[in-house]
Amino acid sequence: MIYYVNANGGYTHPLIKIETLTKRYGKVTALENLTLHVKEGEFFGYLGPNGAGKTTTVKILTSLAKPTSGTAEIGGHDIQRSALAAKKLIGVVPQAINLDMELTAYDNLLIHGLLYRMKRSAIREEAKRWAAFVGLSDVMDRPVNTFSGGMKRRLSITRALLHDPRVLFMDEPTVGLDASGRRDLWGLLKRINRKGTTIFLTTHYIEEAETLCDRVGILDRGRLIALDTPRALIASAGKIVVDVFDNESLTSHFFPDRASAGAFAATVQGSATIRNANLEDVFVKLTGRRVEP
Amino acid sequence: MRGFTGIFTRELLIIKKRLLKMLISFSVTPLLYLIAFGWGLGQKMTVEGVPYITFLIPGLIAMGSMTRSFAISSEINIARFYWRIFEEFQAAPVSDLAIAVGEVLGGILRGFLATAIICVFAVFFHVRIHVTGAFLLAVLANAFTFSSLALITSMVVRSHADQSMLNNFVITPMAFLCGTVFSLKALPGWAHALIRWLPLSPATRAIRAAALGHLMPWDALATVLCFGIIFFILGTTAIRSAKA
Repeated sequence: MIYYVNANGGYTHPLIKIETLTKRYGKVTALENLTLHVKEGEFFGYLGPNGAGKTTTVKILTSLAKPTSGTAEIGGHDIQRSALAAKKLIGVVPQAINLDMELTAYDNLLIHGLLYRMKRSAIREEAKRWAAFVGLSDVMDRPVNTFSGGMKRRLSITRALLHDPRVLFMDEPTVGLDASGRRDLWGLLKRINRKGTTIFLTTHYIEEAETLCDRVGILDRGRLIALDTPRALIASAGKIVVDVFDNESLTSHFFPDRASAGAFAATVQGSATIRNANLEDVFVKLTGRRVEP
Repeated sequence: MRGFTGIFTRELLIIKKRLLKMLISFSVTPLLYLIAFGWGLGQKMTVEGVPYITFLIPGLIAMGSMTRSFAISSEINIARFYWRIFEEFQAAPVSDLAIAVGEVLGGILRGFLATAIICVFAVFFHVRIHVTGAFLLAVLANAFTFSSLALITSMVVRSHADQSMLNNFVITPMAFLCGTVFSLKALPGWAHALIRWLPLSPATRAIRAAALGHLMPWDALATVLCFGIIFFILGTTAIRSAKA
């Protein structure tokens, strides 16, 4: 059992506790023997290429899919045996926008609030508060099909936060957004996390995981291959990278400092680039492949 | 169970948004039947001792409340496969029973809307429909049964194409064969014996009797309700099995 020290110095259970979780679709193993703990208040990044098993994990944790074996708990509630209690603690922002397009933004929030058994007066108050927080106050009476992609995403987040969840699952929330929309959303997510909401973010964007997350788990072909803070993961791969372009191929070499990287680069026949390592390099070093969508 | 209000409220909001379009679209089929079979063919014909138009209108109520209640299967399908709104329900702390109740109530409401339209048409065709408690109960039983059947099919199918195939093979034949537009007594014995066990047959019998102010055939109503309860239980179970 892993315990975490809370702000008062006491020990707490992890908010999300996944133990030896496996999911198979026929003969395909989407997730294999995953064990992962996420503590309260953490901004956790779940990084991997498409098809790595990120969405499968989120679907299992949000009760949208059944695990083949293993267990998962949210706030001490088993997601299979105490699904309703576990679901009360979570908010979900799915990868594909699943809002009612012909209804207004407020109608979407009203339906969500009623699903979470909130009173209509509380729904009105919370909708107003969160709409102001995400910058949608002026458009709450507009049908969602008149919204831009970024506005739909922000409404999706507002909806997920309406019932004040302890953990927010966000599955590739910035896919389809332009650079400016993505940056805006990052700021919003940081503010949500600072308010105390635990965030479980899946992404295949390296920069996103590096910028936002306190800790990152790297997933490949259904297996968790690395888990630590972005800084520690990068340090473990080697802080400095030399990319060598040899005819048509690119190979990366890892070094603990610039001096040794420079010495190596001087011996290279083709062209070489020296740069700081990032999380993608960690993935490359562990798998020999790149995190490509 | 309280979570069903979220799902039912969604249905209400959608109906409110589309009400005019819905009323017009719900009117087309019964109006065509009334013009073609009521005016065109059945002015002087009598069936089961009543003018054909009087026989036809309760049959159209049975047919209309069935098809419109069953049509929620398409709505659920779109919510599941296209908009993925059904995932929002499944991720919420709402039991499968509450989801089933919310969806089925939505279907029942559509069934009653279709019934109301045909009752208004009946006035123009000088046919008196006895809108009594027994009549409403018979329509409710029919709408409940076919909303529940819709719930099962929408959870079992894997695509819109599967859904439309089910409509063609199950709902369309039932709409025509179960005593809605002709008397089952006109059928050969073996066909009568077979068709009377389809859920719309007893529903049509109960709705027609109540609508025309005859004695309610309680056995028919009980049969419809039995179908409804079985379908509802299977539908609720199907929600669970629809998870990947």
